[in-house]
Amino acid sequence: MSKVSTIKLVGVEKAFGSQQVLRGVDLTIPPGKLTTIIGPSGEGKSVLLKHMIGLLQPDRGEVWVDGLEISRLKGKALNEVRKRFAMLFQGAALFDSLTVFGNVAFPLREKLRLPEPDVTRRVEEKLAQVGLSGMGHKFPAELSGGMRKRAGLARALVMEPEIILFDEPTTGLDPLMAKTIHDLIVAMQRTFRFTAVMVSHEIPEVFAISDWVAMLKEGKIVAMAPSADFQRSTNPSVLEFISVGGPAPLASALPGS
Amino acid sequence: MLTAGIAGIGRTTLFLIREMGRMVVFLSSTTAWLFRPPLRPFQILKQLHFIGFKSMFVVVLTAAFTGMVLGLQGYYTLRKYGSEAALGAAVALSIIRELGPVLAALMVTARAGSAMTAEIGIMRITEQIDALDTMAINPLQYLISPKVVAGLIGVPLLVAIFDVVGIYGGYLVGVDLLGGNSGAYWNSIESAVEWKDVYGGIWKSVSFGLIVTWVCCYKGYYTRMSAEGLGTATTEAVVLASVLILVWDYFLTSVLL
Repeated sequence: MSKVSTIKLVGVEKAFGSQQVLRGVDLTIPPGKLTTIIGPSGEGKSVLLKHMIGLLQPDRGEVWVDGLEISRLKGKALNEVRKRFAMLFQGAALFDSLTVFGNVAFPLREKLRLPEPDVTRRVEEKLAQVGLSGMGHKFPAELSGGMRKRAGLARALVMEPEIILFDEPTTGLDPLMAKTIHDLIVAMQRTFRFTAVMVSHEIPEVFAISDWVAMLKEGKIVAMAPSADFQRSTNPSVLEFISVGGPAPLASALPGS
Repeated sequence: MLTAGIAGIGRTTLFLIREMGRMVVFLSSTTAWLFRPPLRPFQILKQLHFIGFKSMFVVVLTAAFTGMVLGLQGYYTLRKYGSEAALGAAVALSIIRELGPVLAALMVTARAGSAMTAEIGIMRITEQIDALDTMAINPLQYLISPKVVAGLIGVPLLVAIFDVVGIYGGYLVGVDLLGGNSGAYWNSIESAVEWKDVYGGIWKSVSFGLIVTWVCCYKGYYTRMSAEGLGTATTEAVVLASVLILVWDYFLTSVLL
């Protein structure tokens, strides 16, 4: 993981049927940093993330990964690029026919074809790092949401990728578990210095953990700044979003108050 | 009103053509991936166990009762013309040429095909298929190809079992229960059934194995992303595979006869 990678999106547009989701996204992800993309639900943050790894192709625009335009790549060429990536999905996307160990070992066995003792060593090491030691024999269905996310994180880390994409890693978790997952992501990012892109709703928590924050609204990046500067933004869209996302008193939202 | 009707017909036609095109592309890509390394013998065996071995009970049951009812109906019908001696031939030819391949394939569709659609559909909805993609592992090769190979091998073997059990079912009723002549039963089979009949049945069952796995995997792979969508996909898979089996059976019979 010595190499750090940068991702650059230029004028990315994407529509599903008649619904225009991305309307010209320009975004440069700084290498070796944790960048969080925030924004209202249903604005296409996950869609944006999936463009970075070639799961979706833009209707117009370009996606660059370290000087290579990937949006038109297919087959082997795209797989070569993907080898540098890992992704933690919203629901962790663990294979439910495999145990936790089998899930984390999966890319090592399938892609690297490592001998079993090496697989075991690396999987145990990653499971320990995410706090799942001794849980390898369990199946995903037997795990809590938080544990599933950790197992997903272990699977993402095990190939030691240069870039990891996190799709709402704390959705559906209680605040304590959400904080644990955030801390884990930050600790791993600080240790291994991979380029991290996270999509999140967790405001204000993301400001404390991210190096950079970008906001997606109405299909465009309306603001992007280092985390500390972002919170002082005077952009009305940003102000509206981060003030609502903060600890707003519930009573003020009730009629008549 | 009239233009709306015409537009509706046009829309449906375009949808059907697009769907058929997508199915053909799905099949040809899967076929192409069959021959590319790594070949996955363990995955194929696992699927063979699921499609073949686990369908045996229901196939044997269907075969026994199909043979028995043929024995019963055949005996009373043939006795009207004093031709009970031809019972063996009547039962064996019906089963080997038509009922064996068709009924076994329909049973596999109901039991294994529906489960395949549900399994792949769930993997799609929970992003497990996207996860395979992000790990640079082709989902068609990892998930679909082994199922298709298992279908091509498993269904003919099930049909062979169906044929044998069905013929014994006819014997049980026609000879043991109703008192037909045992020697005449086997003798009429030996003189009436030709190798051409057996080969025909095997060719049919190979093509049915392809139809079941192809249609059921396709419907799961492109399911809509909801519980209701997956329910619809499973229903459509079973209906389409069953209808295709019957239609294809007619065409194949007209060629083989």
